[in-house]
Amino acid sequence: MDITSATAAGPPPGPGNAPDPAERQGGTTTRLGDRIFLGLSRGSGILLLAIMAAIAVFLTIRAASALSHNEGNFFTTFEWRANSTPPVFGIAVLAFGTVVSSVIAMAIAVPVAIGIALFISHYAPRKLATPLSYVIDLLAAVPSIVYGLWGALFLVPHLGGLYSWLDDYFGWTGIFAYHDGAARSLFTIGILLAIMILPIVTSVSREVFLQAPKMHEEAALALGATRWEVIRTAVLPFGRSGVISASMLGLGRALGETMAVATVLSPSFEIGTSLLDPGGGTFAQNIASSFKESGEIGKDALIASGLVLFVLTLLVNGAARLIIARRKEYTA
Amino acid sequence: MSEVAMDQPSGAVPGARRSSSSLHQPRLPRWAPAAIAAAALAVGVGIGAGAGLSSRIQWGLLAAVLYVAGTFALATRVEGVRQAKDRLATSLVWVCFLLAVVPLVSLIWETVSRGSSVLDGGFLSHSMGGVLTIQPGGGVYHAIIGTLEQVGIATAIAAPIGLLTAIYLVEYGRGRLAKAVTFFVDVMTGIPSIVAGLFVLSFWILMLDNGYSGFAGSMALAILMMPVVVRSTEEMLKLVPNELREASLALGVPKWRTILKVVLPTAIGGIATGVMLSVARIAGESAPIVLLVFGSQLINNNPFEGAQSSLPYYIYEQWAAGNDASYDRAWAAALVLIAFVMILNLVARGIARWKAPKAGR
Amino acid sequence: MAKRIDVSGLTAYYGSHKAIEDISMTVEPRSVTAFIGPSGCGKSTFLRTLNRMHEVTPGGRVEGKVLLDDENLYGAGVDPVSVRRTVGMVFQRPNPFPTMSIYENVAAGIRLNGGRVRKAELDTIVEKSLKGANLWKEVKDRLNKPGAGLSGGQQQRLCIARAIAVEPQVLLMDEPCSALDPISTLAIEDLIGELKERFTIVIVTHNMQQAARVSDRTAFFNLAGVGQPGKLVEIDDTERIFSNPSVQATEDYISGRFG
Repeated sequence: MDITSATAAGPPPGPGNAPDPAERQGGTTTRLGDRIFLGLSRGSGILLLAIMAAIAVFLTIRAASALSHNEGNFFTTFEWRANSTPPVFGIAVLAFGTVVSSVIAMAIAVPVAIGIALFISHYAPRKLATPLSYVIDLLAAVPSIVYGLWGALFLVPHLGGLYSWLDDYFGWTGIFAYHDGAARSLFTIGILLAIMILPIVTSVSREVFLQAPKMHEEAALALGATRWEVIRTAVLPFGRSGVISASMLGLGRALGETMAVATVLSPSFEIGTSLLDPGGGTFAQNIASSFKESGEIGKDALIASGLVLFVLTLLVNGAARLIIARRKEYTA
Repeated sequence: MSEVAMDQPSGAVPGARRSSSSLHQPRLPRWAPAAIAAAALAVGVGIGAGAGLSSRIQWGLLAAVLYVAGTFALATRVEGVRQAKDRLATSLVWVCFLLAVVPLVSLIWETVSRGSSVLDGGFLSHSMGGVLTIQPGGGVYHAIIGTLEQVGIATAIAAPIGLLTAIYLVEYGRGRLAKAVTFFVDVMTGIPSIVAGLFVLSFWILMLDNGYSGFAGSMALAILMMPVVVRSTEEMLKLVPNELREASLALGVPKWRTILKVVLPTAIGGIATGVMLSVARIAGESAPIVLLVFGSQLINNNPFEGAQSSLPYYIYEQWAAGNDASYDRAWAAALVLIAFVMILNLVARGIARWKAPKAGR
Repeated sequence: MAKRIDVSGLTAYYGSHKAIEDISMTVEPRSVTAFIGPSGCGKSTFLRTLNRMHEVTPGGRVEGKVLLDDENLYGAGVDPVSVRRTVGMVFQRPNPFPTMSIYENVAAGIRLNGGRVRKAELDTIVEKSLKGANLWKEVKDRLNKPGAGLSGGQQQRLCIARAIAVEPQVLLMDEPCSALDPISTLAIEDLIGELKERFTIVIVTHNMQQAARVSDRTAFFNLAGVGQPGKLVEIDDTERIFSNPSVQATEDYISGRFG
């Protein structure tokens, strides 16, 4: 078998396009071992695709069966009585809660994450920067249920004071109205999700900032730029798309977060004007919270709402990948 | 790189407002930021305590705002707008850092301090069998068994598939199939865990009519784990220099043996790290467990039959029970889980450092 | 527009490693001074101490005095940012800001430093700087295209235009031609000859013919051995250094007997 000539004929060697005699010379004699090995590894790839397809197909089948029984409008109904006869359920409240809590989380987490990333990449003394980035990476590994437990038993009791204060000064807006009670609201969820996605957004942004070419930073410095001006001219423009895609990855996590929301939120099927008062719900939280009380149709209804969540996260992640891919082309 | 632009004024002349030369700019003394921070903190706490603001969070936020504003105002007066903007950015970055550190430290502190109160040998070696949720006592033994079995089976499914897929992508993959796999691996990375749980629920439990079991949970965990393994393994295989492959092929070694004997051993440290990090990741997953394993108070050593518990699920269950004894157990279990995950992380990073391929950083 | 540089007793460190030791020299205004010497002898390090870029490197530290006319760059209360505005720098590899157009690249220093400049005024400065860098004719029709689209030699002249746009007193060049082809190199060398009418120029080069062609004075740096700090061996008129240097080591280096 003529391995070397196949290698030489291929495109310039690089890790991405390793010599590939087995696939190219499909017709010629290849060793049994090679064929088995290629078959196994290709089969795994195909299996992965099959799983993805199966997820979409099975969720759609169950969702369709649920929707055929639904007496309400799936998109506009403000109710979730999937186990009554006839079943009535809609995702309006869930969609609202999911989007609002994620948007709050992004509004808090992204600026702070950029700040920390810059702190690590450009401000902190090296002795602090290295352990700090290490700690941030470890924090990304803290299980979400632990964040949930902390949110429910520590964060919620400590936010009441802040919310009353917000109510005193901004209560007239309606959004920040707060009637005393446990702060198990969408806004609290937003804060908790912000803390949870902070590590991932930070570590991706940090990587991008560290990759900013040093020679451009020096060029700015040599022109007499202050540190902030160096960052503005040579670091942020370079890192912009990276930060955007990091944020989208964070958003994807926030949208799908389940247990932390399920532990902290006090759910209700209403959309109130106030974000501080308890109530509302998210797709993932509703699935986890109502699952055990659900019958056959109830479960199918939950699967239908899960399908919507699936599509939503696919869109967000797809957008993030697109931005990353565009950036690769740009820098290459 | 990390310290570009660490300008330090080599001396401080606080009083020099207008100096004769263009090279001299009036600068705040070096200790100024620290002093402003201390003053802001004092005033923040003062106002907070004086006005009777009940939440410490407000005191902190107040101090942060005062610090940023104070720095900017003072720097504008003494140093001019450009320097003031620079200082504004610096102070904001510091505030961001503190803002993030406080909740994270609090999280760890709460878990450790509250969790250690009931965590002992008995807690680790007993189940909840025969213990009412409002009683103190009981333990996590059944949950640890559940977690170990579910995560073990998930790893046994996902690691080989993920590894082989990564080998396919790096060593063989060109053309449309490889592109599709790459794309869908990315997509799969973003699947919420609850959706993976719903999928297994819909086909394994609802359609094939199997009961709840640890194995059902393992399948969902495996789906979550696969793309992570593929990604990290891919990165590691790409780091293996192509010269090694060519050297082996030129000796007449078949490709599959080249991969097994040359490529994989070179990258094994990084691959192991990636697998362990993904294990740590799924060990903390609770959403699919709620849907598929159902939870149990008793020890069930058989992951293929009947409901089980798991550490994350146990935390959720004890929190939901809603009394002091169960909260204590929830914190203790959280501590166990965090310790488990962190040990996996540290070991993984240790392997990475120990066996880092030379092309790596 | 051009100032004299007086260095006395300058020592620079990377952490605990001493990179250059006890260097003293004078650089005359409106002249070109070339630094030559073997790799690792500290030429570039020394150059970077002249606009306080050395301390940007982690662990970078400087002792001694650098007087610009009569003012010590390392004196108390001196702002490094102002120093770098006064002493411009061109780097080894052309480094135009990739996200900016040609026009924005030239204007970058002014925008950073000044803030409010009228558009017409800025146009004039950009044109003048590009003309000063002998680049105007080549790029005047595509000022809004990205600077990264230019050839290597053009990019380097763009960087020179960017540096002179802020009207510095001194221009430091760190092997500005080492990444360029011979024709681009020639263009830059011609440009240096013109720029010395207006600026004090210091250039580090590995190419001895280049030093002989462009400079009025030449400084030879050397180091005693690996791990030893670099030192200034001698500085003299270029003609003299290349024909009849006073130190044997200089002659050995120039005639290619080592290094």
